[in-house]
Amino acid sequence: MVAKILIVAEHAGGKLNPSTAKCVACASSIDGAQIDIAVFATDGAAVAAEAAKIQGVKTVLTVNNAANAEPLAAVLAPQVVAVAANYTHVFGPSTTFGKDLMPRVAALLGVGQLSDIAAVEGAYKFRRPVYAGNAIITVEAPQDKKLVATVRTASFQAAAQGGSAGVEVANVSASLPSHTRFVSRSAAATGRPDLQTAARVVSGGRALGSADNFKIIFSLADKIGAAVGASRAAVDAGYAANELQVGQTGKIIAPELYVAVGISGAIQHLTGIKDARTIVAINKDTEAPIFEVADIGLVGDLFTVLPELERVAG
Amino acid sequence: MIDEAFGGTVLSKILVGLKRVVDYNVRVRVKPDGTGVVTDGVKMSINPFDEIALEEALRIKEQGATTEITEVIVVSIGPADTQQQLRTGLAMGADRAILVQTDSPVEPLAAAKIFLQLVEKESPQIVLLGKQGIDDDNNQTGQMLAALWDRPQATFASKVELEGGKAKVTREVDAGLETIEVDLPAVFTTDLRLNEPRYVKLPDIMKAKKKPLDTVVIDSLGVDTAPQFKTTKYEPPAARSKGIMVKDVAELVAALKQKGLA
Ligand SMILES: Cc1cc2nc3c(=O)[nH]c(=O)nc-3n(C[C@H](O)[C@H](O)[C@H](O)COP(=O)(O)OP(=O)(O)OC[C@H]3O[C@@H](n4cnc5c(N)ncnc54)[C@H](O)[C@@H]3O)c2cc1C
Ligand SMILES: Nc1ncnc2c1ncn2[C@@H]1O[C@H](COP(=O)(O)O)[C@@H](O)[C@H]1O
Repeated sequence: MVAKILIVAEHAGGKLNPSTAKCVACASSIDGAQIDIAVFATDGAAVAAEAAKIQGVKTVLTVNNAANAEPLAAVLAPQVVAVAANYTHVFGPSTTFGKDLMPRVAALLGVGQLSDIAAVEGAYKFRRPVYAGNAIITVEAPQDKKLVATVRTASFQAAAQGGSAGVEVANVSASLPSHTRFVSRSAAATGRPDLQTAARVVSGGRALGSADNFKIIFSLADKIGAAVGASRAAVDAGYAANELQVGQTGKIIAPELYVAVGISGAIQHLTGIKDARTIVAINKDTEAPIFEVADIGLVGDLFTVLPELERVAG
Repeated sequence: MIDEAFGGTVLSKILVGLKRVVDYNVRVRVKPDGTGVVTDGVKMSINPFDEIALEEALRIKEQGATTEITEVIVVSIGPADTQQQLRTGLAMGADRAILVQTDSPVEPLAAAKIFLQLVEKESPQIVLLGKQGIDDDNNQTGQMLAALWDRPQATFASKVELEGGKAKVTREVDAGLETIEVDLPAVFTTDLRLNEPRYVKLPDIMKAKKKPLDTVVIDSLGVDTAPQFKTTKYEPPAARSKGIMVKDVAELVAALKQKGLA
């Protein structure tokens, strides 16, 4: 049986989110899979054109509806279900968009969901982390049911550009609820690289001590062209915005370089960075658990180390 | 359920999910034979997100406001020992507890179906669940319940404001914060910054012993709980190769250069 995989595109402001190409990469590692992407939008043409360039995609379906102006799970789910009829697999990214939407889709289809695919072993056999990444399990899904899953984006390199999929408009008839309404979104426009896709990330922890002090993290990040991250403690204390949180309950990232400054290395934080290529830790406590995972560790006071590093780096 | 006698005040209950999980401070280890993780003699606790859900329910009840919550009911699906976690929930301030007893693990879809049964029986205005269980990290049950119930979901909530039969919920999303408005009844799932759960005081533990805790046999709910997925292997995560310690910034930069990173 050929796996026919539908991927739900994530997009905002008329631009495709890189998480979609990562889902394609995951789907492409299933032998012989046929991969389509569905774009739900008010007018999905621009996003669909981007999606059509991802290698390995056969067809991009656009489902245009004024109700799709904002990605509300309750509104999107019945439409995804309608499009999913001809597919064996339905994938979405394990970003907050996909985590919100896909379980609703699964339940409407009457099936379970596999969360956070980290590796593909077969069309119905996958590996995923549990217990904050302290265990990796191999899971088999039943072949006689549609498989709804989310893809752990940090585990896959985005599928390459250069494809030329066909784009089709799909007409979906589904009754959409009015019980859920979008009000507003506040996103700090920082002009810095996006935390989830950046090649370099500098993160600060509780040790920074204040929002004002946290500026030295921003300043080093800017010097080396990095995105900024934070531990939960730093976010809770109000030193950094919540969308910068890295970890089990924040963002799971896999940059080339991760610099952890004044972060102890709690398991919930480490699960967010375990796929980083090189981890640098700067901490004044020799015993800090972050040193157990760091590729390069420096014991020292961040308030003397960071200014020095900024001077010589970049 | 608008009760005119209360001038349009909504009278209702809140259902809160409390999952029993390995305490978040425990460093979980995989059993040598790969059949699971070590749980013998390991401390079990209420899932941290569920503690936050319960705290929020209690605050909503205490506030009164336009939504008059008469009862906060904590629900858990799990083995007999889960009574401990439910008693803790009662000590925090829940009015009563329901244990849907089972010794088998229950997948999120089955958990959602069980919650739906209880929802139909109790008719709550709000169901508050955690965004994810820190054991399986599934992040599914609330969304599934909302789908099966055909009601709104407001996931990853960091702020909940009730206004009559509606709620305005601020959600933690990758881009920042998003606010949506939903009609009640609805399902909310909690993020860490929603609140800080209260500590349980000793007298409350004594009082909690007298509060009702009903046990329901899982089979009596008529829900198919047969697992859909089969876990065939547990493995520890791949170990990172041993790193190096440098003594100053100059050495750090040299090490980065060697890796082509500076
Ligand atoms: C359910 C749950 C989910 C969680 N999810 C996350 C998550 O997603 N992400 C996350 O990060 N956390 C998460 N946490 C919290 C986590 O357990 C830790 O509490 C948190 O990561 C600690 O942050 P920290 O390392 O900044 O602070 P601390 O643990 O306080 O560490 C501060 C470090 O700074 C060092 N230091 C102090 N002063 C200096 C100085 N001048 N120079 C250099 N070093 C210095 C100290 O030696 C220490 O190691 C979660 C917790 C729970 C219960
Ligand atoms: N067995 C259970 N007992 C009580 N609540 C549960 C159970 N399973 C899931 N939940 C609730 O659903 C939330 C999300 O769980 P999950 O989808 O498994 O990550 C948890 O935080 C709980 O509030």
